Amino acid sequence: MIEQSVLEEVLGVAMRTGGEFAEVFAEDRRNASAVLDDGRVEELTSGRDRGAGIRVVVGETTGFAHTADLSEAGLIAAAQAAAAAARGGGGGTNVVALHRGSASRGYDIETFPGDVPKARKVELLTRADEAARSVGDAISQVSVSYGDNRRRILVANSDGVFVEDDTVRTFFAVSCVATGDTGMQTGRESVGHTIGFELFDMYDIDQLARNAADRAITKLAARPAPSGQMPVVIGSGGGGVLFHEACGHGLEADLVSKGASVFRGRVGQQVASKGVTVVDDGTMTREWGNIAIDDEGNPAQRNVLIEDGILTDYMWDHLRARKEGRRSSGNGRRQSYQNLPMVRMTNTYLLAGEEDPESIIASTPKGVYVKHLGGGQVNTATGDFVFGMTEAYLIEDGKVTEPLREGNLIGNGPEVLQRIDALGNDFAMGPPGTCGKDGQGVPVGDGVPTLRVSSLTIGGTAA
Amino acid sequence: MTFDPPDQESADLLALAQSVANNARSGEQLEAFVARSSYTTVRAHGGEVESFTSAVSAGIGVRVVSDHRQGFAWAGTLESDAIADALADARDNATFAEPDEWVGLAEPDGVAPVPFDAFDPSVATMEASRKIDLALELERMVRAGDLRITGVRVATFSDSSSRFAVATSTGIAGAGRGAWCSMSALALAEDGDETYTGGGSTVGFRPDDLDLAEAADDAVLRATRLFGAKPVPSQRVTIILEPRMAATIAGLLGSTLTGERVLKGRSPFGDRVGETIASPKLTLVDDPTDHRSYAADMFDGEGLACRRNQLVVDGVLQGFLYDSASGRRAGQPSTGSAVRGVSSTPSVGCQALAVAPGAGSFESLLADIDTGVYLQSMTGLHSGVNLVSGDISVGIEGLMVRNGQLAEPVREVTIASTLQRMLLDIVAIGDDIEWLPGGTGCPTIVIADLSLGGS
Repeated sequence: MIEQSVLEEVLGVAMRTGGEFAEVFAEDRRNASAVLDDGRVEELTSGRDRGAGIRVVVGETTGFAHTADLSEAGLIAAAQAAAAAARGGGGGTNVVALHRGSASRGYDIETFPGDVPKARKVELLTRADEAARSVGDAISQVSVSYGDNRRRILVANSDGVFVEDDTVRTFFAVSCVATGDTGMQTGRESVGHTIGFELFDMYDIDQLARNAADRAITKLAARPAPSGQMPVVIGSGGGGVLFHEACGHGLEADLVSKGASVFRGRVGQQVASKGVTVVDDGTMTREWGNIAIDDEGNPAQRNVLIEDGILTDYMWDHLRARKEGRRSSGNGRRQSYQNLPMVRMTNTYLLAGEEDPESIIASTPKGVYVKHLGGGQVNTATGDFVFGMTEAYLIEDGKVTEPLREGNLIGNGPEVLQRIDALGNDFAMGPPGTCGKDGQGVPVGDGVPTLRVSSLTIGGTAA
Repeated sequence: MTFDPPDQESADLLALAQSVANNARSGEQLEAFVARSSYTTVRAHGGEVESFTSAVSAGIGVRVVSDHRQGFAWAGTLESDAIADALADARDNATFAEPDEWVGLAEPDGVAPVPFDAFDPSVATMEASRKIDLALELERMVRAGDLRITGVRVATFSDSSSRFAVATSTGIAGAGRGAWCSMSALALAEDGDETYTGGGSTVGFRPDDLDLAEAADDAVLRATRLFGAKPVPSQRVTIILEPRMAATIAGLLGSTLTGERVLKGRSPFGDRVGETIASPKLTLVDDPTDHRSYAADMFDGEGLACRRNQLVVDGVLQGFLYDSASGRRAGQPSTGSAVRGVSSTPSVGCQALAVAPGAGSFESLLADIDTGVYLQSMTGLHSGVNLVSGDISVGIEGLMVRNGQLAEPVREVTIASTLQRMLLDIVAIGDDIEWLPGGTGCPTIVIADLSLGGS
């Protein structure tokens, strides 16, 4: 993307005013999407975004500038702006020598989506639309979306790091509306992986569409969810966002070091029930949060955050790790070249236990079975978090019974982790997610086995 | 209709947009939307500048309509080769869309834009050192606000000066500019083993509009008044929403009233025009020509004049918002409600919602509540709100209201209802309209009979 000699020159300029660390992050991204709605292929969109962000660190201060101009002159202007912003006091020259490293994710992209004719992408949309509508007359509306992106990045910094990566992600989603006497309800299914068009060899699009339609129709008969505390069983693959919110964000070192996490100072302590092991793993093959290197040039890692209930470590980016005199854990990520990196999750999941999922439900006299969770949100300072249930049922006398309307559940991270009293043997990853933090969105994955929390507060409207 | 861009940079962008639109072939409609903005963000932490970002970004979106098929492409640069690529991609994309008799670009409709130009050049020319001083000052003020304030997660100064232009082969030409600065702080307060956060912010069309003391006081108050908060038992409650919270509910309602949702059968109010959907106390307009709104503008995303649109009057639904395509399909004129960025085609959206003020101050409305909850924050709006079914369930923090007074703090509880019920359950609207950073104007709103999920 950029010549090594140019990068060395630009980093030298960035360091000239007394910088202690400088970095060039360049990105070239192509997006393509196609949307079917209201029975019609509405629109295909193509996008191209290319540019570089340059940061210079002096003491506690980071200066940052970005440019869409990848010429030597454009990069030098950005480097000067970043250096001025960091207000370095010193002077002199800094010679930066880069050592080219390699990034590997251990598998190859089979079919680059850019090589696939647009007509084939469009054909997927109409197929899914037909499959969803075939489920029943109650299906009153269907929208289907396809998306792919190819993101080439380059990281070069004053520590000599020089590495490039090429990432391809492909995504597909079906959303249905069902209409009945009780009003309208929705059902959605999505799949996404860090792979190319071979995504469609992994999934049966017709089945995916029918599942989304079934979910909307099922919910037409849903009763209001309860309001108040009761046991909650979370379905395999459907509920990883629980751990993303309950402890993931609270284990991000930037929040911990600012005193904004309930998990501050708790490394080595029992923070979850025995048997609970939570991992963040950027190396997880083909998953939505997979990265070969993070956006600071560090190789992706598998990081155990909680092991058998004991808090083992936080997640780290370059700046926080440097301050603590340790290595980054490969969690420095950013939305685009226009943003500074910060500590972010990749694929966050809970390891499987040994129980039979059926017996977990059977041993729950009264509660709620949440088959699919929606998004969530956490206040890391208090640990209070919410997450939505997009498909949920009552459990009565150990059996899954009536469907429930949508709503949020609320709990407190440290308390909920201690209340996990059953772990199934049926681990699965869930649908692709986008994690938002300080205005930046990055792709993340999550996964869980079937599990039970002995008490959570359900935000329904029924007494 | 003649229109003079407000300055040379806007004129240059408009000329660029027109030069792209002029490439339209016979039988083809072509639209170019061009934007350029410069911004600064200063983040202060621990008495130091944590980061200082300054940059210019620009981009173009090209929309092609040919044989009733629409295609779109965009680029994050204004370099000529990228623009040529975007145009070619948009044309190619259009060939894969299925024809729709209603798609098409906006055409001049004779509605004159209401002149508006709040652009203050002092935002763009402000010294970096002053921005840094402001961010550091805000952090200091928050830290000094209360002994229990142990830190500030971040104190931020941001400014943005932006210009856009849109031109089409159908004769549309619009351009505009805007500048804002804003500051915010997230305070951390500790007492015993409890930590709470509280946010405060201030926004203005120019640096002198910023009220640091108000932002700092707000952050401190919100971080320190929740100590001892815990869940309360599940019950039916009345909630009192200060303007910033009430604006969120107004925004949810507004989102269900776009022609796009209605025509595609995704609005719970789609067949309710002329009917009572809310308490007679509620009147809601979307009005970007109201210059008190931070979202005030002359043109919408398709280059049509912004206008005042009445959505709900005395509880009765008046109609919906349209862009040109959804309007054609509905047999209605565009309401000038196309919203967009460079990287997407226009969609129908609210721009500057305003709830008409009622009677009474926040305090007097509070005094009328026997048992209720004052909401300080809501979480899970994206996961617990379904705008098709109308189901609403959110996590909240706040203070209980007992006998007309703010009482003990509460957290880790939910409130739930449906949007349809909440609108009918509005029992009071205050006279304290506040213009919020997002552009919405809203007073205090009191809503009865929600389900609180707690202990």
